[in-house]
Amino acid sequence: MTISVSMTVNGKTVSGDVEGRTLLVQFLREQLHLTGTHVGCDTSQCGACVVHVDGQSVKSCTILAAQANGTEVVTIEGLADGATLHPMQEAFREHHGLQCGFCTPGMLATGYDIVRRLPDADEARIRRELSGNICRCTGYHNIVKAIKAGAEKMSAA
Amino acid sequence: MTPFAYSRAATPSEATGLGRDGASFIAGGTNLLDLMKLEIITPDRLVDISRLDLAAISETPEGGLRIGAMVRNSDLAADRKVCDSYPVLAEALLAGASAQLRNKATTGGNLLQRTRCYYFYDTAMPCNKRAPGSGCQAIGGATRLHAIFGASVHCIATHPSDMAVALRALDAEVEVEAPEGAIRRLPLSQFYVLPGDTPHIETVLAPGDLITAVILPPPQGGRQTYRKVRDRASYAFALVSVAGVVALKEGRIAHASLAFGGVAPQPWRNETVESMLHDRQPSAGLFAQAADALLADARPQKDNAFKISLLRRTLIAVLNELTDADQ
Repeated sequence: MTISVSMTVNGKTVSGDVEGRTLLVQFLREQLHLTGTHVGCDTSQCGACVVHVDGQSVKSCTILAAQANGTEVVTIEGLADGATLHPMQEAFREHHGLQCGFCTPGMLATGYDIVRRLPDADEARIRRELSGNICRCTGYHNIVKAIKAGAEKMSAA
Repeated sequence: MTPFAYSRAATPSEATGLGRDGASFIAGGTNLLDLMKLEIITPDRLVDISRLDLAAISETPEGGLRIGAMVRNSDLAADRKVCDSYPVLAEALLAGASAQLRNKATTGGNLLQRTRCYYFYDTAMPCNKRAPGSGCQAIGGATRLHAIFGASVHCIATHPSDMAVALRALDAEVEVEAPEGAIRRLPLSQFYVLPGDTPHIETVLAPGDLITAVILPPPQGGRQTYRKVRDRASYAFALVSVAGVVALKEGRIAHASLAFGGVAPQPWRNETVESMLHDRQPSAGLFAQAADALLADARPQKDNAFKISLLRRTLIAVLNELTDADQ
């Protein structure tokens, strides 16, 4: 059974035909070729696939593409402004908030979401809010530093 | 996932009609999609109920709260009335899952999530819950997470929800719409059924029944807390948890509601324990007696006898916290 879906992804209207069982992350990666969003565990544990749907951070491996029909989606590709990195991306670069980089799209999506909801979050709160994102390199210290710095950049921007 | 037909329901009655004819409901999908990927559940037809107009939180005429079934866990935990008058519920919600899952998971779906028993999740293993009559490999197996109350010789799985434990302590009711439109309200105490010899049947819901809301009675007052003990500090299911609502009057316990998670096939409550506490002065001796009464019925498995002492300590800690005159 094929389902036609249409949604706004990073500000652009996109559409496509999916199966009922097509996951949002599969639609993003395989049909839209937005491969910045990663699939780690595929069981909503690791957070590599975090994107924003209608302004909420969610795990795109655990939403059907059909369920996202009609929504607004922002992926890691939608964070930067052209060649200018988003302040959160800039902070991750400055603070070496990545090692292998696999978890980074999800960390950035979550980091941005944390700061948007809790602009004054302290380190303990940031760590708690990151509980749905796993870094297989265990590089959490710099990720937390980067998010804290990203918060300052975002409030200054 | 095996292929299935997908549609969005426009109204509850459309959903219940399709459900009666064998369709499964999907709302947040945070548990269901995992189960479908592992082919533990393989629906032919999935009805998306997430857009139904059931996402409001409103006061009831009695002064309680009506929580629509589609209210997301994150919105419920942040709701001002919940934080002010039912803080045990907000605490329990925030103790569960992760931010991204709470953004998807719904009130109704949380009640209906399935056990995280390893054997239920492993389709290579027999499991009476997944494949009725095939046997239970958990019994005699790895049983760290399993039940000490309410289990049967056919199933020892626990209910994983934190939210439901708080709702049990708050005397919540579940509003259900049946196919043909009849609406009924069930106390949460009558919503789940013990495994017995049919562990695949977990609730009293019939095919097509749709949870439309959870109703909280007017606030009971008193202090509230949710204490969850787990193997790591975040993103883990409870080994044991205690939801407590305790009101003191003139130095005596005027009211105590206590529900327990991680220890039974459903949120557990023991009226005997609560009546023992009623109208008594808080004391270490009283709390020890209450813990004795609670744990008298405990039947541990090979790996989880630790839950007896852990639950004892957690209950006593909660009672101390909620009755501490200095706080």
